[in-house]
Amino acid sequence: MYSFAPLIVLFPLLGFLINGFFGRKIKNETLVGSIGTLAVASSFVVALLIFVEMVGSPVEERKHIVTLFQWIAAGSFSVNVAFQVDQLSILMTLIVTGVGSLIHLYSIGYMHGDAGFWRFFTYLNLFIFAMLNLVLADNYLLMFLGWEGVGLCSYLLIGFWYDRNFEKGTTGDAAKKAFIVNRIGDFGFLLAMFLIFNTFGSLTYESVFAQAAGFSPGVSVMFWITLLMFVGATGKSAQIPLYVWLPDAMAGPTPVSALIHAATMVTAGIYMAARSSILFSLAPATMEIVAVVGLLTAFFAGTIGLVQNDIKKVLAYSTVSQLGYMFLAVGVGAFTAGLFHVMTHAFFKALLFLGSGAVIHAMHDEQDIQKMGGLQKYMPWTFRTFVIGSFAISGFPLLSGFFSKDEILWKSFADGAPWMWVIAALAAGVTAFYMFRLVSLTFLGKERFDHHHVHPHEAPKTMLIPLLILALFSIIGGYVGIPHVLGGHNYFEEFLEPVFAGANAKMMLPMHDSAALELGLMAVSVAVGLLGMFAGWKIFTEKPEIAENTAKKFSGLHKLLWNKYFVDEAYDAVIVNPIKQTSDKFLWKIFDVKIIDNTLNFSAKFVEATSNILRRIQTGVVQSYAVIFVAGILFILGYLIVW
Amino acid sequence: MEFFSPTDLLGSSPILALGLFSLIALLVNAFLKNSAGMVFYVSAVGIFVAIGCSIYTFPMNATAFSDMLLVGGYASFFSVLFLVIALFSMFIAKPYLEREQYHYGEYYVLILLATIGMVMLASSADLITAFLGIEMMSVSFYVLAGYFRGKLSSNESALKYFLLGAFATGFLLYGIALIYGTTGTTNLLRIVTMYPQPFNDPLHIIGWGLILIGFGFKVAAVPFHMWVPDVYEGAPTPVTAFMSTGGKAAAFSVFLMTFSVPMSMRDERLMTVLAVLAAASMLLGNWFGLSQTNLKRMLAYSSIAHAGYMIIGIASATPMGQQGIAFYLVSYALTNLGAFGIIAMMEKENGGNLNYEDYAGLGKRKPALAALLAMFMFSLTGIPPFAGFIGKYYLFASAVQSHMTWLAIFGVITSLFSTYYYLRIIVYMYFKEATNHEEIKLPGLTFATVILCGAGIVLFGIVPSLIFDLMKSIF
Repeated sequence: MYSFAPLIVLFPLLGFLINGFFGRKIKNETLVGSIGTLAVASSFVVALLIFVEMVGSPVEERKHIVTLFQWIAAGSFSVNVAFQVDQLSILMTLIVTGVGSLIHLYSIGYMHGDAGFWRFFTYLNLFIFAMLNLVLADNYLLMFLGWEGVGLCSYLLIGFWYDRNFEKGTTGDAAKKAFIVNRIGDFGFLLAMFLIFNTFGSLTYESVFAQAAGFSPGVSVMFWITLLMFVGATGKSAQIPLYVWLPDAMAGPTPVSALIHAATMVTAGIYMAARSSILFSLAPATMEIVAVVGLLTAFFAGTIGLVQNDIKKVLAYSTVSQLGYMFLAVGVGAFTAGLFHVMTHAFFKALLFLGSGAVIHAMHDEQDIQKMGGLQKYMPWTFRTFVIGSFAISGFPLLSGFFSKDEILWKSFADGAPWMWVIAALAAGVTAFYMFRLVSLTFLGKERFDHHHVHPHEAPKTMLIPLLILALFSIIGGYVGIPHVLGGHNYFEEFLEPVFAGANAKMMLPMHDSAALELGLMAVSVAVGLLGMFAGWKIFTEKPEIAENTAKKFSGLHKLLWNKYFVDEAYDAVIVNPIKQTSDKFLWKIFDVKIIDNTLNFSAKFVEATSNILRRIQTGVVQSYAVIFVAGILFILGYLIVW
Repeated sequence: MEFFSPTDLLGSSPILALGLFSLIALLVNAFLKNSAGMVFYVSAVGIFVAIGCSIYTFPMNATAFSDMLLVGGYASFFSVLFLVIALFSMFIAKPYLEREQYHYGEYYVLILLATIGMVMLASSADLITAFLGIEMMSVSFYVLAGYFRGKLSSNESALKYFLLGAFATGFLLYGIALIYGTTGTTNLLRIVTMYPQPFNDPLHIIGWGLILIGFGFKVAAVPFHMWVPDVYEGAPTPVTAFMSTGGKAAAFSVFLMTFSVPMSMRDERLMTVLAVLAAASMLLGNWFGLSQTNLKRMLAYSSIAHAGYMIIGIASATPMGQQGIAFYLVSYALTNLGAFGIIAMMEKENGGNLNYEDYAGLGKRKPALAALLAMFMFSLTGIPPFAGFIGKYYLFASAVQSHMTWLAIFGVITSLFSTYYYLRIIVYMYFKEATNHEEIKLPGLTFATVILCGAGIVLFGIVPSLIFDLMKSIF
């Protein structure tokens, strides 16, 4: 089955080409939607078959490299279009195509009647194609191609409704912000690639990692490589300081938020770090930076989520915060824990986003949760699935999020530091609180919307089915990785661990077998979560005045959170405006107008003048052509003889 | 003594097939009235048969007729390229000539005859066969350039081409004579064994210099390029398409093969002369391209510049350079055929509709056509993922490999010039309002050819190994 791996990438490409070239002419929404959905679903089936074969084969035979063709070869530099199918890449492929096909299906209902229906599915398929290249590539260059490709698709889809307004500008502004911030990160990745090639003379994983195994931890070049990679990761995976684009990315249609800005693309940074685990393991300093940045992101993004009123904004900050958890795991060397959370998060965050989409759909594009309430009555199934998702993300015991988050918390304590655990556990409480605030304000309590204009209704079947399936996985998705301390068996870790064998050997993490401590910490974090959930529910269904009073009492803090720590404003003041000002006052009005334009005008005049002179040579008279010819002969023969 | 062996027959089978079918075509043309359509089909069949023969002989890697002809490998690779170019140019020509009411059978016969010359060029293992091939091709081109008998510009084009071409041929022949005089052979395989003594002989190196002049004229390198703009502009558009792709590719195939002999010695003098020619062609071609308003003329100057890029590959004298040229020729042929195909479709009687302004608003009027032309322009500029990028990359890399980094930098800078006039057409197509609202007819045959060319440059741009894998067995 492994040799069929290229098909996984090919199907979405086909879907993209068909819908891209003929979508406008097909006109039939069902057909366009089915082509798009089937393309991704077929990839999922192939990936699943490969996965089944992989599980059935011995551990040492699980990695295969399928070469499609040689891409570029010049001198010592050679890169193939080749796919590395192993435990890590197949896991990511399953997530991308599995969650992806559900979201495609959902989009058929959600995008119904949109003028750009075919365009939407074209972009979605292109995105899946790029994302699969990213995760399946066997070298950094192809990964970079996918990396740039998902960035492009993200840009196209955030600005999908390019004629709509979004906050203070248009969706186009949000799309540009995402693209530019991502580009900053991409530049880091690019530099990392140059350094890798410079150090190892290759960009292929096999060769780079094999050589890296000969290094010892702490070499400075490894620090720079991994740090630059991490800069790339902060861009794509929305970490401090480059997270600012993700909340604005909510300008796109909701399925896009679910697919790209929650479940798949934003995990690219985690994937890259996990894939390069051996390089990171050689740079303990970077690992520490990664862990701290992840932890801070998890906490600060979570606190911003506490006060936001836009249903998608809350989820967006929640995503940033959850991604922070994943980086925390990577930073403390718990790669499998990070990926475990990637998987469970994909389930419940896709579920939550799709649920919010159903709500927005039902409320006629209203996104303000202060203008909702009581929707439980009108949308029972959306409500149920949404609550399941909320329980899962809050780490309610025995749901998927519990297992993955708890593993990260434990690892942050055991392999990181106790203070890390404290902040992470606090952030978990914050998460539970804002999620149940969201549930309460949206579905419970008084109906605060205008009944004359808004008639909420349950979502159509194509939207409900994906919700139900995702809800199911949000419940059971965690059972592949039950911690030993609870008497389970962590199949997930066992499956992935061989990929990280090289890194683990370098890190030599201490062994922990203090079951009591692990259980105790688990109990505390669960208690914090439950407290958050309860408070969120109780305050916002029954005593909203508490929230208002608190907000008034700590109006400074509230204002700080409401304005997202003024980070956007700070960036505007420190980076964006100075750049704009310099561009306007200096680069444009002085450098461009005076220097560049004058140089150009001069050179244009020069070229014009010279071509006017030279044109006289091109007289159209054959004799004069022969004269030039003879001059050429004299030069060549003269040079050859005299030299 | 036998005059020829089965290998000789098999080895020359593409040439024989083309010769046979051109005779049939000639007879059909002579004895049947209104037979142009018929001649077209006969010629197309002939080309397919020749393609079959070339592919069949590809694995042979031998010589035929006492080392006069190369068989298989190099010869087959280029023969297939020329044959495909000939076929595509015929597809472009048929609707065009019908529209211009100049549709006669002899057009296709001349194409076949020129193609015989080209195949001979790629197969030549001897300077004599090379000379025969060049003449066979050139004489057909002279006639083709003046194919529009009634048009002054076409006649002028043919005459200029002929006069200067005859002039250049003289130098080529003189060069061959000097090589023969200093080594006692004209066979490329044997000149090698005569090294290195004759190289110290000034007459020998002058011989190579003179041959270089002859080839320089055929590939349109500065300063032997003066004919190009006038001839390209005056000749019927499908002929220009054929000359600028097939003619150039054939000239480069023999240039590359012949100069692999002296360049294998990495003679500093020849390398410098070639590098200077390359730099001058890139500079002047692109420079003059900037001020053109007529698309055919612009592509003529572009063709001079591209000759410069490819000469880098010969000057660098590395396998990478040679492979780069072969790849570049494929991509350049597809790109130019596509671009000229579009120009042929857009053209109006008496050379109308050939200026940049005439393409204004094409993006809205004919989106598919505009998108294809934009692709061709991007490929000529050398922007990925189109084939033009890979070709340029290899050529510039070969210069760096041969310690001629200055040449690579020079190439990159002059490429930068070229973006101005290539992208200018895109600006016209997409950012200017249409002034002309006459209906544009897209003949199916030409349009399909253009689409094939477009698909080709995308395919080879993304999967260059399709061609490079073939070349591993050639170079």
